Amino acid sequence: MADQTVPLHTVPHPGRSATEERAAPDGPMLAADGRPLKASLARALRRQKLSAFLLTAPLLAFLLVAFVIPIGDMLLRSVDNRIVPETLPRTTQMLGHWDARAGDLPPEPVFEALYVDLQEAADARMHTRLGSRLNYDLPGISSVFRGAPRALQAMDPDQPLREQFIDANRAWGEMQTWQTIRALSGHYTAGYFLSAADMRPAADGGVELVPERQRIYAQLFLRTLVLSLTITALTLILGYPIAYLIASQPLRTANLLLILVLLPFWTSLLVRTSSWKVLLQQQGVVNDLLVWIGIVSDANRLVMMNNWIGTVVAMTHILLPFMILPLFSVMKTIPPTYVRAAKSLGANDWTAFWRVYFPQSIPGIGAGAVLVFILAIGYYITPALVGGTDGIFISNRIAFHISTSLNWGLAAALGAILLVAVLVIFWVYDRMVGIDNVKLG
Amino acid sequence: MKLSRVLAGAASVFALTAGMTTGDELPPCENCADTMVAVSWGGAYQRSQQMAYTIPYAEMTGVDVVWDESSAEAVALLRAQSEAGNITWDVVDVTGADSIRLCDDGLAMPVDHDELLAEAPDGTPPTEDFGETIVSECFIPQIVFSTTFGYRHDLLDEEPDSVCDVFDLERFPGRRALEARPIGNMEWALICDGVDIDEVYDVLETDEGVERALDKLGTIKSEVIWWQAGAETPQLLADGEVVMGSTYNGRLFAAIEEEDQPISMLWEWQMFDLDGWIIPEDLPEDRLNRVKHFLHFATDTQRLADQARWISYGPARESSQPLVGEHAELGIEMAEHMPTHPDNAERTFLFNYEWWADYRDDIDARFQSWLLR
Repeated sequence: MADQTVPLHTVPHPGRSATEERAAPDGPMLAADGRPLKASLARALRRQKLSAFLLTAPLLAFLLVAFVIPIGDMLLRSVDNRIVPETLPRTTQMLGHWDARAGDLPPEPVFEALYVDLQEAADARMHTRLGSRLNYDLPGISSVFRGAPRALQAMDPDQPLREQFIDANRAWGEMQTWQTIRALSGHYTAGYFLSAADMRPAADGGVELVPERQRIYAQLFLRTLVLSLTITALTLILGYPIAYLIASQPLRTANLLLILVLLPFWTSLLVRTSSWKVLLQQQGVVNDLLVWIGIVSDANRLVMMNNWIGTVVAMTHILLPFMILPLFSVMKTIPPTYVRAAKSLGANDWTAFWRVYFPQSIPGIGAGAVLVFILAIGYYITPALVGGTDGIFISNRIAFHISTSLNWGLAAALGAILLVAVLVIFWVYDRMVGIDNVKLG
Repeated sequence: MKLSRVLAGAASVFALTAGMTTGDELPPCENCADTMVAVSWGGAYQRSQQMAYTIPYAEMTGVDVVWDESSAEAVALLRAQSEAGNITWDVVDVTGADSIRLCDDGLAMPVDHDELLAEAPDGTPPTEDFGETIVSECFIPQIVFSTTFGYRHDLLDEEPDSVCDVFDLERFPGRRALEARPIGNMEWALICDGVDIDEVYDVLETDEGVERALDKLGTIKSEVIWWQAGAETPQLLADGEVVMGSTYNGRLFAAIEEEDQPISMLWEWQMFDLDGWIIPEDLPEDRLNRVKHFLHFATDTQRLADQARWISYGPARESSQPLVGEHAELGIEMAEHMPTHPDNAERTFLFNYEWWADYRDDIDARFQSWLLR
């Protein structure tokens, strides 16, 4: 605080600067401490910027540590393939000289290298990890690696190893095994991204779509997108009149209505999802009611749960407040006098609304739609509980690969694609509507 | 009312275990941590472990046992902990399949079963007493459970007596609940398509075999609700949403005996599965000593039999079988509700861990793609 060189107030000081100026009539303008005014100002501004930066530094550091680094690390896994060359350094190097197209198995030295590599891998307990990695591309290989230490013990390194390996497990005598290891010899791989796009490397060196009976992801991405857009549209259709109603009420009523909007918002997600199950299942409340009224017969109860309808209904309900709140806070700021003025100038109700009120509420629609859409596209608990098979999202597969199949590389690739898709949608939105046109209040 | 019953039950178990263990005091534990974090599945299963293992153990040693209900995601969370270099768990309850994965990934510690675990009362070494249930060198088996079918006997005209009745929509109309994964479903489909049980995995290893199983499942696909969590089937059965469905036998036992639902069990071709402990790799020495001390106690013959007093899962030890008694609260004889009881276990198969570890990723992709079609 006692620092004398900084203070902002040194800059404009008319009384003194006049004398300073006189002291150096031809030189630059000087500040109170005799420095050039320009430098002094820049210095002060730098100080200001620095303190602003220091104030936000904790947040930046937090974002970096808790957000950017972990996500970056996760995304890197989508191309990381170090485990193969690092666990089998000699083998992968030797395989570089092997011509797979000739149709012959790799020569004896490759098997010798494999023997040494596997021995080291087994000591480090890396052999099974490598097996799990290779199993993604070559189903059935993980048990070969799991049994490798026992097989190695039975081998005699002084005898030709090729026959011994093939005797131990016929997988070592198959071209496919060696082609796969060779294809995965690099430190990085595009394999996970190919899998995430329902593709695989083709025999001719290019890429091809996997057989139709194995395709999953393209369809899931598309469905995630379509259902998320549907949900966004539904929340808008349902939320707009509610937000309008709340915004046009006197404060007391508006507050009460807002609490009604927020009440489900404060209820556990699982409770709300399960309640929809009770309501919509075939033996549920809604079907019982419809059967009782006689609209549907007992034998033909509607299927509204464990399919995409369940996902859309439950998620629309859950995400509705995220649409209503930004809409409400924007609508609250639209002066009612504009609509009155329009009407007094001869506009009918619809024209006054559509030409005067609605355009002013667009920033709220933008904010609500972006918020709901982004939340919807990453949802997975609700779809998993009520979505059955045709109402699950891509995030359900990501969760599956993270926690069940442990194929984190594929999960990372799927996540990266989802992230890029969201950014592209943002960009398109920016081009069409303008990102400045988004307001939360 | 319920609480008092629980307390009374707990009290009786204390009396019982205290009575049984006065003779054989625990050996002292040298250089051992005073707390232990155990990971399990929550619910009735975790409670059975507390009643049979950790409450008596804490009484005797004064160790503070903290529970974490994360077993469903144990593999992923352990990998994350290991990568962060901060293992916070001491002993983790996982399924046999997960234990293989954890072992493969270097996340679970291989153990010498004969050195770590207690002998049977007659001196049989643990490896022999546990037998086939030791499916990986990291796995310390606890229970045998099964995935099998329950059905609503009041909603069906006749009672199904074979798992193949699940595939018979004409005689048994109505919806079914099946697990949203290939394991179990593929085997049942092939068995009911006429494949001999010994050849199921050979058939499933081929492309045509997978298609054959999926085609068989396809005959009932329109009537299936696919479940993710074991609790869903009992709920779907209770609400009449489905007339039959697969789930863990303990869930069906609870629905039938504890909640009095009009549900019956179908034991034929039940799929055995295992659950047990693993020790995470790289534990500090004092924590590792504590876990070893605990596991020696918690997996002995009497303790495994005690657990069956709280839940209808069979002890993994041969020597525990004759000791299975009555349910601690309901007072019903538990032996006949065990999946391993001879009357229930006439036709069964054990989830082939080794095979599924190899083909799981591939067949799962096929299965999920088929679900979407």
